[in-house]
Amino acid sequence: MAGVRVLVGTRKGAFLLTADGARREWTVHGPLFAGWEVYHLAGSPMDPDRIWAAPSSGWFGQQMHRSDDGGATWNPVGNEFRYAGVPGTHQWYDGTQHPWEFARVWHLEPSLTDPDLLYAGVEDAALFRSADAGATWQELPGLREHGSGPSWQPGAGGLCLHTVLLDPTDPQRIYAAVSAAGAFRSDDGAVSWQAINKGLVSEGIPDADAEVGHCVHKLAMHPSRPEVLYMQKHWDVMRSDDAGASWYDIGDGLPSDFGFPIAVHAHEPDTVYVVPITSDSEHFPPDGRLRVYRSRAGGREWEPLTAGLPQENCYVNVLRDAMAVDELDACGLYVGTTGGQVYASADAGDTWAPIVRDLPAVLSVEVQTLP
Amino acid sequence: MSTHTVRIALPTHLRRLARVDGEVLVHVGTPATLGAVLDALEASHPVLRGAIRDHATLRRRPFVRFFACEEDLSHEPAGTPLPARVATGAEPLLVVGAMAGG
Repeated sequence: MAGVRVLVGTRKGAFLLTADGARREWTVHGPLFAGWEVYHLAGSPMDPDRIWAAPSSGWFGQQMHRSDDGGATWNPVGNEFRYAGVPGTHQWYDGTQHPWEFARVWHLEPSLTDPDLLYAGVEDAALFRSADAGATWQELPGLREHGSGPSWQPGAGGLCLHTVLLDPTDPQRIYAAVSAAGAFRSDDGAVSWQAINKGLVSEGIPDADAEVGHCVHKLAMHPSRPEVLYMQKHWDVMRSDDAGASWYDIGDGLPSDFGFPIAVHAHEPDTVYVVPITSDSEHFPPDGRLRVYRSRAGGREWEPLTAGLPQENCYVNVLRDAMAVDELDACGLYVGTTGGQVYASADAGDTWAPIVRDLPAVLSVEVQTLP
Repeated sequence: MSTHTVRIALPTHLRRLARVDGEVLVHVGTPATLGAVLDALEASHPVLRGAIRDHATLRRRPFVRFFACEEDLSHEPAGTPLPARVATGAEPLLVVGAMAGG
């Protein structure tokens, strides 16, 4: 029977949550990598038994582990992320130039077609690639060196490359997003890149509509319509209908257009989800009510989804990689919070129930749809 | 060339990572230096590369400390001979995660 495996990265380890297609009874496996910060785990779309995890530690640095049996056993793979050439400098918080230094892996993006190929977005912002299932990593320096790199400066969470999107219809087209630099696109397999931030307006930078400098929090796309992109920015929820060449605001009707994650329904390219957060300094839901907002009109109108989610005294955050959708016929939706809860909906967000309530702060949620 | 068997006590996270129980023993030549001991440790347990020292520069990670014989060796150059009691195996070299929050 079809089922799902939810991959949860937390501040103190990783957890695997599994269920059959009904998604009512859950098995919790973990903590894996206990004590390590697991910013992200990701499974290969080609081989659901193959999962990568990226634990890191302030003491002991970056690790990378791979499982080839669905998470039952794990083995370390390559953890050396060396920038190509002399990486130069970017802006620091005080405006001075600061050497590019590797801090951690934020996001893993496995290839859609090759089980040995995956990408890693890292802090300080750069894109790495492994063609041997994680054994070795090479930087794709075209993004960092595309021209605006020295002007990038870290957001509060660091200068992180947190989003990688692969166009399923064009293997040469890759999107990346960096906080706080913006969104970028390559049309030649990550060799050369262009900033795609036209239409973004950010009050927190000197030139509000600058080509780069925007704090993009997350991008999402539906595989059947890859030229349409959705964006949750520091403030503003945005949409592009031309592969990022221009953006327009779709945040009207939300209680706040600040937030971190954004996701698209597995089968409905016009159905998009966000989790409104009060403000850049109040990282909790407006009015203490955790509401996922859904638009079934590509962002033209929004409805709150509240059934089964806490509607009073809720002051958790949902981080940028902590929302995911499964691909079962009745699309499932998963949200992890900094309070350690993972909520699941088996009906596209209409109703919710917690899978777990007391994990460490959740950093990321991904889901694999199992045959 | 004479060799020394040096005992290394790793912190919990690195023992789990290296899949070892208790101390790790490494064999190094004379003089037994901190750098040679770490080289031998990483050679016998490659998973520890990058976890104690930077891959490229071999500089100690900022929140890792090296203690032995009630002394802090963290700031000693890699070529510094280890205390005699460590070189003879009477006492272990302690690799320690620095006291820090998190």
